[in-house]
Amino acid sequence: MGKLILQDIHKSYGKDEVLHGINIETGENQFLVLIGPSGCGKTTLLNIIAGLEQESGGDILLNDRRLNGLSPKDRDIAMVFQSYALYPSMTVRNNILFALENRKVPKAEREQILMDVARMLQIEHLLDRRPRQLSGGQQQRVAIGRAIARRPTLFLFDEPLSNLDAKLRVEMRSEIKRLHQQLQTSMVYVTHDQIEAMTMGDLIAVMNEGIIQQLGSPESIYNDPANRFVAGFMGSPSMNFLPVVPREETSGLCLRVAGAEGDGNLLPIPPKMQGALRSQLGRRITLGIRPEQITDPGSAREGEALHSIELDVELLEPTGPDTLVFTRLDGHSLVARVHPSTYLQIGSRCTLSFHMERAVFFDPENGSRLA
Amino acid sequence: MRRLPIYLLLTLAALFFLLPLYIMLVTSFKTMPEIYNQGILALPRQFDLYAWRHAWSGATIGASNQGIHPFFINSFELVIPAVIISTAIGAINGYILTHWRFRGANIIFYLLLLGTVFPFQIILLPMAWVQGKLHIAGTLIPGLVMVHIIYGLAFTTLFFRNYYVGIPHDLVRAARVDGAGFFRIFWRVMLPLSTPIIMVTAIWQFTMIWNNFLFGVVFTNSDQQPVTVAINDLVDTVTSVHMWNVDMAAALIAAIPTLVVYLLAGKYFVRGLTGGAVKG
Amino acid sequence: MAHSLMQRVGGKDQVIAGLMLSPTVLAAIFFIYAFILWTVWLSLTRSTILPSNHFIGLANYHDLFGSSRWWRSLSNLGIFGGLYVAISMAIGLLLAILLDQRIRGERLFQVVFLYPMAISAVVTGVAWRWLLDPNFGVQAIVRSLGFTHFQFAWIDDPNFAIYTVVIAAVWQTSGFMMAIFLAGLRGISPDIVKAARIDGAGTLRIYRRVILPNLAPTFFVAFILSAGLAIKAFGLIIALTGGGPGYSTNVPTIFMYVFSFERGEMGVGAASALIMLAIMMVVVVPFVILDARRKV
Repeated sequence: MGKLILQDIHKSYGKDEVLHGINIETGENQFLVLIGPSGCGKTTLLNIIAGLEQESGGDILLNDRRLNGLSPKDRDIAMVFQSYALYPSMTVRNNILFALENRKVPKAEREQILMDVARMLQIEHLLDRRPRQLSGGQQQRVAIGRAIARRPTLFLFDEPLSNLDAKLRVEMRSEIKRLHQQLQTSMVYVTHDQIEAMTMGDLIAVMNEGIIQQLGSPESIYNDPANRFVAGFMGSPSMNFLPVVPREETSGLCLRVAGAEGDGNLLPIPPKMQGALRSQLGRRITLGIRPEQITDPGSAREGEALHSIELDVELLEPTGPDTLVFTRLDGHSLVARVHPSTYLQIGSRCTLSFHMERAVFFDPENGSRLA
Repeated sequence: MRRLPIYLLLTLAALFFLLPLYIMLVTSFKTMPEIYNQGILALPRQFDLYAWRHAWSGATIGASNQGIHPFFINSFELVIPAVIISTAIGAINGYILTHWRFRGANIIFYLLLLGTVFPFQIILLPMAWVQGKLHIAGTLIPGLVMVHIIYGLAFTTLFFRNYYVGIPHDLVRAARVDGAGFFRIFWRVMLPLSTPIIMVTAIWQFTMIWNNFLFGVVFTNSDQQPVTVAINDLVDTVTSVHMWNVDMAAALIAAIPTLVVYLLAGKYFVRGLTGGAVKG
Repeated sequence: MAHSLMQRVGGKDQVIAGLMLSPTVLAAIFFIYAFILWTVWLSLTRSTILPSNHFIGLANYHDLFGSSRWWRSLSNLGIFGGLYVAISMAIGLLLAILLDQRIRGERLFQVVFLYPMAISAVVTGVAWRWLLDPNFGVQAIVRSLGFTHFQFAWIDDPNFAIYTVVIAAVWQTSGFMMAIFLAGLRGISPDIVKAARIDGAGTLRIYRRVILPNLAPTFFVAFILSAGLAIKAFGLIIALTGGGPGYSTNVPTIFMYVFSFERGEMGVGAASALIMLAIMMVVVVPFVILDARRKV
């Protein structure tokens, strides 16, 4: 049970406003991910939810309880830190028990909780060690265990996996997700790793410069980005952005790559977007298209019209499950993603198909979504 | 043997540093006739303990002829409360200045930093007057103890501040989320991590206060004086013959506590000298 | 009000923190800064054995700078301070460099070089007074070696007694300087030295061109600390020479003590204390500013 509402949260340091009115409402027991580049305000926002920093304005509600002004200990939250923040002088056992002692939980109950948590996280054998005797992954487990033991209404995670090596990170990622399903408790998770955001979040808030750029499900964030920032920030390799100019052709509305010499290539605009783009005729706008939407011909789903173009292969990066093709369309570099079995050679030409149905368009001036 | 000159120089330096200690030791075990007849460097013919006994309990210092021992005890009575209190307050202050920062914390830091620099002469007259008004002028306890606590605070606070700056703030944040308050965080999280800096600070304060002369000579009267002042009185006492052996024994007695601490915990003493005194 | 304060700064614990720190802040403001102002005021009054509020302007300063004893104190501080700072830093640096050559018994040497710092200045003064006594000490030792006309009676000579203070002070704190320089040397990245070695520089050249320039902040710290020790030196001189013969080894600390607490001329004593503070500021502050500039 738990529902978090942030209403118009502002935060300033002196004259510097770092959060400009944050509004978020989560559903019951949702996993909310705050993501953005460093300095976007995501950690400040988490600290404000925790009560470790004081908001300059706005309201924080957890299950309809107003948290403003409450000290962290009265907010019914638990937090996992990037540095783990395990108390170095205490054993694992005491690290976990500390919060329970502070809350004057009866001793028998404390022991019971400790054992449950230890079993859940498989750290029973570590209980009498001190943090410095643990590996990074073990410390991470203890830090999570310490948070779970509290049985809070809300878990806060501050980039908890960023100090782990790649393999462990993937493991812990699914572990935290599993915990979320098991515990049925709201979680707020700060990260700058978009894969973590996509895989873990029920709800993702993409932040930049103290503003929420988009709040939505992973699918909507990825497939239906609200603006150019979100489109470029989520996804790896990043979405391709091309300057294009819509123009009327006999076949209907088409795109010509801006600055192309001679005839250049024409990209068709799918019918559903024609209405929105008609007003931009002759104006330079930004086309956004993900690498996986420039791919092998023949990958079209039923009823989808692909537009194929023959391009030069400049560089190949096989990643295993697929191969990235670096190429150029009318002078603008482009990354495509093809099946690894596709035979390609650097310097040769290849035919790539554009899934224009999945393309998005932005205003080049302010980055807002046009279609 | 290219390195021979290095060892030679170092050994010469070591002899220079050891020379005063050596002549103090040998002189303190000699009789006065021996001092007159033998070179200062000569070993005593027999280890005569008269000078030590006389220095400890018989020598005339000011109006007393009980030797150095009452003043030696005075110094302990001074040092123990002054070290404990100034270290404890310094620990709390350092904790606040690093983990409970507020607007103006930097100003307070510089305020205290300057407090470690200025010459104490500048505060002697007002302090003497204030002690007079409080009717504690000339007393060891609380008069001199108070002076040493007040003017030690800047040092102890900076020591702890510089140490606690290195303790991740996430620990305090985690403890707050875990429901611990100001004192509980200090007691359960910070203090268990503080053993090295407590050692450094306590040893620093012990050495500084024990060895201090200025405050002792200004703020205490005859029988309340710390051992450093008593040594100076003893050496200065005009008698027909200068009892060099007694002087040296008394000086050694006054030096023993800090020397013992230095030999047992020199590591912390050096850290105090080079680290805390420097940073900031 | 209390509530809004707590809101602003983040909780009851923050208020407790403020309350816990305030005694120290108040004590510092009162016992240091207010006392300094108080001493300023005393220096402007006709205070003798007891403080008085009779304002006499700069008359005490006039008296102070009309006193040959004060001028002697100042020039002694200049001689003593200059020599002491230079020599103790030089010896300290030399010892640090020697110890930095991967020496066997480094710990033992360090213990020997540094133990004088653990000893009271008064004890140091007493020991050196004995060692410098012409009838028993260094002069007697050298004479007993056959140099029967060897003269070394500085401690009894008003023109040279101040140099004995330099000797004793250098003995007491050179080890301290050594520790500071050694810490500085150990703080230099070994990679820089390795790079210089690969570039073909010899040991001497590495020290001159690579290591010593990197020690600039350490020199700065050593200077500030030793200059501070020089200005504050008191117990050592009292025990070694008592400020004499005559007042030939008086320094401002002794002058201030004698005038304030023995001769009952509190106003002049206060004035001398303020000049001491000014000297400290003049010596220390430019270096602090210089250091701050360099860091920017």
